[in-house]
Amino acid sequence: MTTQTLEAPAAPKRARRRPGMNWSLLGRLAVLLVAAVLTLGPVMWTLSTSLRPPSESFSLPPRFLPWDPDFTSYAGVFEQIDMIRLVVNSALTTGLIAAGQMITAAMAGYAFARIKFKGRTALFGIVLATMMIPVQVTIVPVFMIIRGMDLADTLLALIIPAVPTAFGTFLMRQYFMGIPLELAEAAEIDGASQWRIFRSIYLPLATPGMAIVGILAFNYHWNEFFRPLILTISEGNFTLPLGLVSLQGNMGTGSISVVLAGVILSMIPALIVFFFGQRSLRAGLTAGIGK
Amino acid sequence: MSNATTNASAGAPARLEHTELPRKESNGPLRKQLFAWILLAPTVIGMGVFTVIPIIGSVVLAFFRWDIISAPEFVGFENFVSVVTNPTVRVSFLNTIVFVVIAVTLQLGIALVLAAMVAERLPNWLRVFFRSTFFFPLILSAASVSIFMGYLFNEQFGAVNWLLGLIGIAPVPWLTTPTGAAAVVIIVYVWQNFGFSFLLFVGGLGSIPKEIYEAAEIDGASGVKKFFNVTMPLLSPTTLVASVMAVISALQVFDQPYVLTRGGPGDSTRTAVMVIFESGFQQLEFGRASAIGLLLMILIMAVTYVQFRLSRRFVFYQ
Repeated sequence: MTTQTLEAPAAPKRARRRPGMNWSLLGRLAVLLVAAVLTLGPVMWTLSTSLRPPSESFSLPPRFLPWDPDFTSYAGVFEQIDMIRLVVNSALTTGLIAAGQMITAAMAGYAFARIKFKGRTALFGIVLATMMIPVQVTIVPVFMIIRGMDLADTLLALIIPAVPTAFGTFLMRQYFMGIPLELAEAAEIDGASQWRIFRSIYLPLATPGMAIVGILAFNYHWNEFFRPLILTISEGNFTLPLGLVSLQGNMGTGSISVVLAGVILSMIPALIVFFFGQRSLRAGLTAGIGK
Repeated sequence: MSNATTNASAGAPARLEHTELPRKESNGPLRKQLFAWILLAPTVIGMGVFTVIPIIGSVVLAFFRWDIISAPEFVGFENFVSVVTNPTVRVSFLNTIVFVVIAVTLQLGIALVLAAMVAERLPNWLRVFFRSTFFFPLILSAASVSIFMGYLFNEQFGAVNWLLGLIGIAPVPWLTTPTGAAAVVIIVYVWQNFGFSFLLFVGGLGSIPKEIYEAAEIDGASGVKKFFNVTMPLLSPTTLVASVMAVISALQVFDQPYVLTRGGPGDSTRTAVMVIFESGFQQLEFGRASAIGLLLMILIMAVTYVQFRLSRRFVFYQ
């Protein structure tokens, strides 16, 4: 609004350029809309097809809008596979990983940010270096260590190795470094213990940072496929992505609406994160290496 | 990555001096140190057991042939050489490299064009809509995406061929021919991941000062000229970060080809990580799986290093 008054003298020049500007705006909008349609189209088709009766699920023309919804496929997916078990497994695994990461990353991040100890720089360097190691490189020995711990084919095999997080530690360290020191100094003068300073002063202030760590962990591990494929064997321990892929394999090109109903159901928690935690998720993903 | 490291170490000393006020003595530095190690214990032990020991284990294992059942047998560099000698391993590495080049180029190109379009004058609600839309696929699981995309690209019943039929294109054998299958894997991967690069570019574009564009406009620069002479050079640090991250993640592609094609037809969509999975957990060649994993890691590090070295010459820091 203020710019308008400032640019007033240049008005004739702007007026001359107006039509051109509008054309380029229309062109831009057209390209952006095509991109948006291509992005949302496959998801809309998935939703609409999951709401068709199984017998019509592969019939043409394809449907992109869910008019006349039919919920047979949603009942079907609970009959075809142990959907409840898959949801429970995924929720347990993802929830415990996220909680574990939030707690351990906050602890380690605080130590790196606020306490001076011998070997701090070197240790932090090692932690950062582990971020460069892809999960596929360590999977064979991890699989053997898990076997050695007698945890093979349990949910704990998925949970425990995923809790220590280099990226979360890095993020929490940055977060704690942004909280003013004066608070701790005042508490120390009052005779508060190190534990109390951490637990009662710093940790409550760091909850937004922990939320980012938790949301990132949730989004990554809820959707994770590679590790569960290797570390779980019996169907009773499958997580959602694994269960859905095996259902898809069994179905062939049969009633795909049942598979798609499962896919849509598995998206619900991610959608909740998308609508309520998108800002945190974006902040976390672009804070460094989205791991 | 190294950006973050240098930032962190640059930020630390100033604050440390602060903590080292005389009061430190009275608190007992030993108790403070002990407290630090208690806080660090879960992370340090966890990383030791599940990252550091495994990486050492991988290096050792890579020189042996071992199927868990019989005794490990030392084979020297044989597992590493398999990248050249074993046709399947060789093809999958070549596939991975071709995939990375095409997928990353598409991903960055699409993301940059869309980000530049969103960054210019646009009603705010539209900007939020486009940003959320392009971000959306990132929250889905690659496995689920590959399931529904596989149906969409079905030759007879898929919506893609039906839509192409409307404009008179004969059904494309997407998943049953080597080229078609590779194309689908690339399309599905880029569809899901361009939003991440898009976010990085939107952030980078937002940090370019408006005054520079105004100056360029006064000098009579057109839209295209502004893009190539102002936006591109000023955006180069973002482009570098976005390309490094895109390459690292594309080198590890697994979910999409596994679900869509299982590596086929033939070996045409088999990737390096698929070979790690198959040699290790299907053929019980744990040594070879480790060696391929290490080669992949070296490739990732080398690419990162080269990209940062090149940046010294081409990246324009303000």
